Amino acid sequence: MRWFGANSFATPTAGVVVAHIKSFLEEFQRDKTQFCCDAKLLRRIALDDGESMRLIAENLSGERGGEAVFAGVGFDLAAGESLTVTGPNGAGKSTLLRVIAGLLPTAAGNVRLDGGGEEWPTVAASSHYLGHQNAMKTALSVAENLRFWQDFAGQPQLGVGEALEMVGLGGLDHLPYGYLSTGQRRRAAIAKLLVSYRPIWLLDEPTAGLDKASEAQFSALMRVHLEDGGIVIAATHLPLGLEGAKTLEMGGSPSPMPC
Amino acid sequence: MLALFFRDIRLGIRAGGGALTGVLFFLAVIATIPFGVGPDLNLLSRIGPAILWIGALLASLLGLDRLFQADREDGSLDLLILAEGRHMLAFTVFVKCLAHWTASVLPLVVAAPFLGLFMNMKPAGIGAAALTLLVGTPAITFIGAVGAAVTVVLPRGGLLISVLVLPLVIPVLIFGVSASYAAVAEPDPFLPPFLILAALTLFLAVIGPVAAALALRYAAD
Repeated sequence: MRWFGANSFATPTAGVVVAHIKSFLEEFQRDKTQFCCDAKLLRRIALDDGESMRLIAENLSGERGGEAVFAGVGFDLAAGESLTVTGPNGAGKSTLLRVIAGLLPTAAGNVRLDGGGEEWPTVAASSHYLGHQNAMKTALSVAENLRFWQDFAGQPQLGVGEALEMVGLGGLDHLPYGYLSTGQRRRAAIAKLLVSYRPIWLLDEPTAGLDKASEAQFSALMRVHLEDGGIVIAATHLPLGLEGAKTLEMGGSPSPMPC
Repeated sequence: MLALFFRDIRLGIRAGGGALTGVLFFLAVIATIPFGVGPDLNLLSRIGPAILWIGALLASLLGLDRLFQADREDGSLDLLILAEGRHMLAFTVFVKCLAHWTASVLPLVVAAPFLGLFMNMKPAGIGAAALTLLVGTPAITFIGAVGAAVTVVLPRGGLLISVLVLPLVIPVLIFGVSASYAAVAEPDPFLPPFLILAALTLFLAVIGPVAAALALRYAAD
């Protein structure tokens, strides 16, 4: 699993990367089934029963400082589906994500989560939000940061050590977060998505600062999350390597969007 | 929630946390007063409780601007607000206030008896001042949280917080000082002002976090 630790920055060829992802995925699946026997299994059963968690946005408009940034955005995502939001700078990608998360009020329209049941009553309560900032304290160690977010968010999934292994930072948990490089910081923030479970991931430029290998690794993590019945919405300029992802092209001018 | 409390305390104590700044400022204020006032021991012991209170009040306003701003700058505040379904935001703010008080203001209360010696205060007066500070300073933190939440988007909000908060903490100062005086000045009763001080703290422990949470909710951008 340490195929991409702190010291191995050699550029692997495409074939090697694919092989790595495969072994990584297998290992991830195995780990997961071992680790999350009770809580996750229950959740999976609940999901199979309900089967129909849907994140729906209708005719959504957002504004910043009283000025409309986008209007008429709609989508309908079922469990296991992902949405890639693309568009030029200033098109409102980040605003859209913040509106979906509930950090900004909706100017018009609505976002709702159907079939979340009692465990996931609102979009905000069932979302991981990974913004531009990593929400980690530089004075604390990586492990302390992750442990805090795990305790605070509840619904623990992977252990801190395991989550760091998943993003290729195994063995760096004792370092102060401030000592990490930009890419490593981003990866530690991605590990934050893994330490506690949320069905919806809202990702704002998730791969900013990541190298090619980490991007591939992150795609693998997202695919596992989707296979598991999760939902991913990512604002990005770069392809994220998600097959079958719906796309939402945000333009300069507001236009109605197909799902 | 306990995790948030300990994280904030750890952040306050570690390098760059600024928990010691308040104590140093407090020390500087109290240590210079005897030089400024002159070697009149009676005068010093008479103004002692008031000086201790004013010093502690100003020192506890010092670190308030970082209460939410540090979290806002690194994106943690978004996640704290998003977790509202699980942890009521007002309660999150309350816990952050408690942690801030423990890390930055409690050292002032601990230092107060020693600094009271500088002011030639009697043991009873020192004890009363420390006790009133212990009971009264949380109120300053809870009001300060409102100021910190309102100014969270301003990059240099520190002074503005002090200006916003000072008028509101005057009652706390008045009852704190009068209770401290009452312990040494014979006819004055100690208990009534002390109980009003405790009531102020309890009242503001509810109002402060709720107001701060509202301000934070609408400061999100």
